Amino acid sequence: MDPFESIKATFFQECDELLTDMESGLLAMEAGDDDSETINAVFRAVHSVKGGAGAFGLDELIRFAHIFETVLDEMRSDRLHLTDEVAKVLLRASDVLADHVAAARSGGSVDEGRTLGMIADLQGLIDQERAAELGLDGDGSDDGADEDFGFVPIVLSLDEPAADAPEVDVAALMAAATAPAGAPPQATTAAPAWLVTFRPKAEMYAKANETGLVLRELARLGDVEVVVDTAAVPPLDQLSAEQAYLSWTIRLRGEATESDVREVFEFVEDDCELIICRDGEPEAASAETPTVDDPESDAPASAVEAAAAAPLDLEALLARVQGEPAPEAAPPPAAMPQPVPEPAQAAPKADPANMDVAGLIALAEQASLDHVQAAAPPAKTEPKPDPKADARAERTAAAAGATAATPTIRVDLDRVDRLINAVGELVIQQAMLSQRVFESGLARSSDVALGLEDLELLTREIQDSVMAIRAQPVKSVFQRMPRLVREVADMVGKKVRLVMDGENTEVDKTVIERLSDPITHMLRNAIDHGLETPEEREAGGKAIEGTVRLAALHRGGRIVIEVQDDGRGINRPRVRGIAVAKGLIAEDAVLSDDEIDNLIFLPGFSTADVVSDISGRGVGMDVVKRSIQALGGRISITSEPSKGSKFSMSLPLTLAVLDGMVVSAAEQTLVAPLSNIVESLTPRAEDVHLVGGRDAVIRIRDTFVPLIDVGMALGFRDEPLPPASGVAVLVESEGGGKAALLVEAIQGQRQVVIKSLEANYQHIHGVAAATILGDGRVALILDVDALVTTSRRKAPRIEKRMAV
Amino acid sequence: MNKTVLTIDDSRTMREMLNMALVQAGYRVIQAVDGVEGLEVLRAEGADVVITDINMPRMDGFGVIEGVRADPAHRATPILVLTTESDATKKERARAAGATGWIVKPFNPTKLVDAIRRVAA
Amino acid sequence: MTDTMTDTVTPGVAQRRELIAFRIGDQEFCVDIMSVREIRGWAPATPLPRTPSFVKGVINLRGAVLPIIDLGARLGLTTSEPTARHVIMVVHIGERTIGLLVDAVSDIINMSDDLVQPTPDVASDQVKTFVKGLFALEGRMVSLIALDRVLPETEAEAA
Repeated sequence: MDPFESIKATFFQECDELLTDMESGLLAMEAGDDDSETINAVFRAVHSVKGGAGAFGLDELIRFAHIFETVLDEMRSDRLHLTDEVAKVLLRASDVLADHVAAARSGGSVDEGRTLGMIADLQGLIDQERAAELGLDGDGSDDGADEDFGFVPIVLSLDEPAADAPEVDVAALMAAATAPAGAPPQATTAAPAWLVTFRPKAEMYAKANETGLVLRELARLGDVEVVVDTAAVPPLDQLSAEQAYLSWTIRLRGEATESDVREVFEFVEDDCELIICRDGEPEAASAETPTVDDPESDAPASAVEAAAAAPLDLEALLARVQGEPAPEAAPPPAAMPQPVPEPAQAAPKADPANMDVAGLIALAEQASLDHVQAAAPPAKTEPKPDPKADARAERTAAAAGATAATPTIRVDLDRVDRLINAVGELVIQQAMLSQRVFESGLARSSDVALGLEDLELLTREIQDSVMAIRAQPVKSVFQRMPRLVREVADMVGKKVRLVMDGENTEVDKTVIERLSDPITHMLRNAIDHGLETPEEREAGGKAIEGTVRLAALHRGGRIVIEVQDDGRGINRPRVRGIAVAKGLIAEDAVLSDDEIDNLIFLPGFSTADVVSDISGRGVGMDVVKRSIQALGGRISITSEPSKGSKFSMSLPLTLAVLDGMVVSAAEQTLVAPLSNIVESLTPRAEDVHLVGGRDAVIRIRDTFVPLIDVGMALGFRDEPLPPASGVAVLVESEGGGKAALLVEAIQGQRQVVIKSLEANYQHIHGVAAATILGDGRVALILDVDALVTTSRRKAPRIEKRMAV
Repeated sequence: MNKTVLTIDDSRTMREMLNMALVQAGYRVIQAVDGVEGLEVLRAEGADVVITDINMPRMDGFGVIEGVRADPAHRATPILVLTTESDATKKERARAAGATGWIVKPFNPTKLVDAIRRVAA
Repeated sequence: MTDTMTDTVTPGVAQRRELIAFRIGDQEFCVDIMSVREIRGWAPATPLPRTPSFVKGVINLRGAVLPIIDLGARLGLTTSEPTARHVIMVVHIGERTIGLLVDAVSDIINMSDDLVQPTPDVASDQVKTFVKGLFALEGRMVSLIALDRVLPETEAEAA
């Protein structure tokens, strides 16, 4: 990938993380957390989005992020206080920001009305005067505002040539330094020239700026002649390492403009005295005594006399300085080694002398280096092997991998998937091996058999550990929900507070990906149908704001997702009426409350008078139910009038393995998911009845349930199996529907690796998936719910008519 | 030997962007995600130039500047702060704390390298 | 389903290709060698409920569940119960991998496309559905199979 595109991809990836952080921060703020670090974190998130957007020239995103950021900054500086209302506006702004990010990513755009409306709301948080002060008045789209913020995005371009290597400049400087010695800067050529007087203050060095580097940069602009003025250097006994005594006069020839020259001094201009003028122009009359304009200079423009002698004296000086106790800190290099000839003879009116700037830099660097090394051994030199090498290597690794806090590694999901597949094969292979060993007639107490048992335990342990690698907290799905709830609530005009529990509940990645849709549907349904309008709630003596609780928990080796509302509960007479009207149940059907509640999952049932685009979206609860069943899951609802409803969805923790009961029917080996199985029993002939001479039911204690001959239901056999010669496995489907599966025999329980039939073939009704058994052959995993539903569809009201 | 630049920024995008521009210009780059880590990395590895963001968790850019200037070993290490045009007051604060120079975001690679060259040999 | 095979017959463009020829009864067919992954002996398959009779069931191929299509039955030819002498050609069809049950693999043919002739009208509709062309080889007639039509119809609709 193009590195620029790859950074852009990183940016959007980071945006996702930032938006998530921002939302959790805002949610905390909504819950009353006004800790400054929480607000800061939200601010930083928006700020970072804006910063990245600036680099990529994403104008719309920048504009919105800027206004958002400005409002947050008001909070940071305590000019805007956190209230419930403020938090809600900020949350909605975060949604709009997320939309802008998404739009920028896809190259689309956000509805202008939505953006402007949100901007207006944000502006509404700040009083008008202040908004004007911040440049936030107006609709936020006027160009002046953008200008104020200085966002003229300079898109990072890789086509620009990389900057020249510094070495080139030193050469140029060396060339410059060969200008005639002792010659005062004079306009001697036709080329236009700048005359720059530069007198650094001590503050400049304290900030680690260096004259040498500034001069070097200046030399990049054209030919330079540099003259140093040492007139201000005091006698040695008065010399302070922290002070700046030298000034320079530079003549620059070339095409450089004044702003080019000024730019070189950008970092230092506030910490120096700087005069830039055209050589030969009126101001240049004083050029030969450049510091004459300097009010603070008590010494007339000058330079040292014997320039050639300076280096020698400098060395002598350095020797002496280093012989003395080291100053408490390394002084900035250019400030320390002052080329002072003879303290007493620092002639105030000496002629300017040309200095070899390159030489000076070299000296200065050397001095600084020596000095710093003397003062503090691990100086600012290049790293070289030392006792700290290990720590260094660690740091580098940590720095590369961002946060060093948690000891985690990132692994390609592909690798984990391969590992899980391989372990799945290992489990199968191990089972095959065990089976063959026992078939060979080896005693169960033999060493080989015992070894195999250990192997089985170990295999199982490896499998569990490997599955745990891929397990993820449901947080990634849950964190998308607050926004959904806000939007749905806005759309239907209800007030909703979302409470989430168990976000850290872990489940296999294969399941995580499939949770989002059903949860979305259940939440939409809870808000749209479950909760009352604020007026209704008030009239009913409830809090105006409804509460929806989304929870995840582990129960019985499955993950359970609950969506509970404190709304009106299911209107049973109405649900029943609809079901009768749609021919889903008989008019005189006797149904328990639970059964009525679960009617909403029947195909063709929809309680909404108007199919709204909220929970409806053309998708009924029956579709939700089917999609959950397809994952081996179940969904049910419990409800209490005027107290609310609770949807419970349970799913296997993984879609990779399954605990199953291995049975045989019509000479086939089949697997029934253990989660569906209630009990198994041997049917007695007198308990089995034929309804309408055809459909068998079996009495189990006080109830009659359909008896499904699995061999026939799957079409493996035409003749029914005499019930008494088989085993009945009582299974439970969703909504509490029970049935008994009649099979020839039960072989035992086993954990099996789920293999998709769809991958190479297609879905088959009544079959959930396939697996590979110990003998290496494929066995089918029964789709119990499909079998039960089919049998019920054939005889819709059997259970009821028989139940007395 | 290539000069080492330490970049301190909590934004991964910004770090990558700096990294790309700097590496292309021939610098060696080490990174840190906030001020605290930045100072740790500087002490452990040293650097010829420090480039730091202002707004960061744990320790902000001002803290970095103060920390570097207070450390005798790095007192003379040039520090460039990443700012935006609108952050004039922050730039002044950074200068007062001892920042050597600044880089205005959004930057382009040439400006970035120019700024570094103005503060580091 | 998209035709990702390379065995599309384009009249006038003579492309050379390698084909695997196999026998069902006394007839000879072939498929592009590129779509054949391996050839293995017959092993009992696990029957699938409610499937057409030409779907013999599924087998385990190194951990993957592979459907087995009795190609003879699919073509409407008379077939006998598979024995150990039958072979399964594992072929790729788009994203899927399936096994084709045939009597025996007979030859590897190197030929050029321009030798392929359209299926004549005398052939039955069923044959015409699955055969996209014919060619003569040493006096025998060989039919080029259209692999993408071999899976049951419902599958194509569902895909």
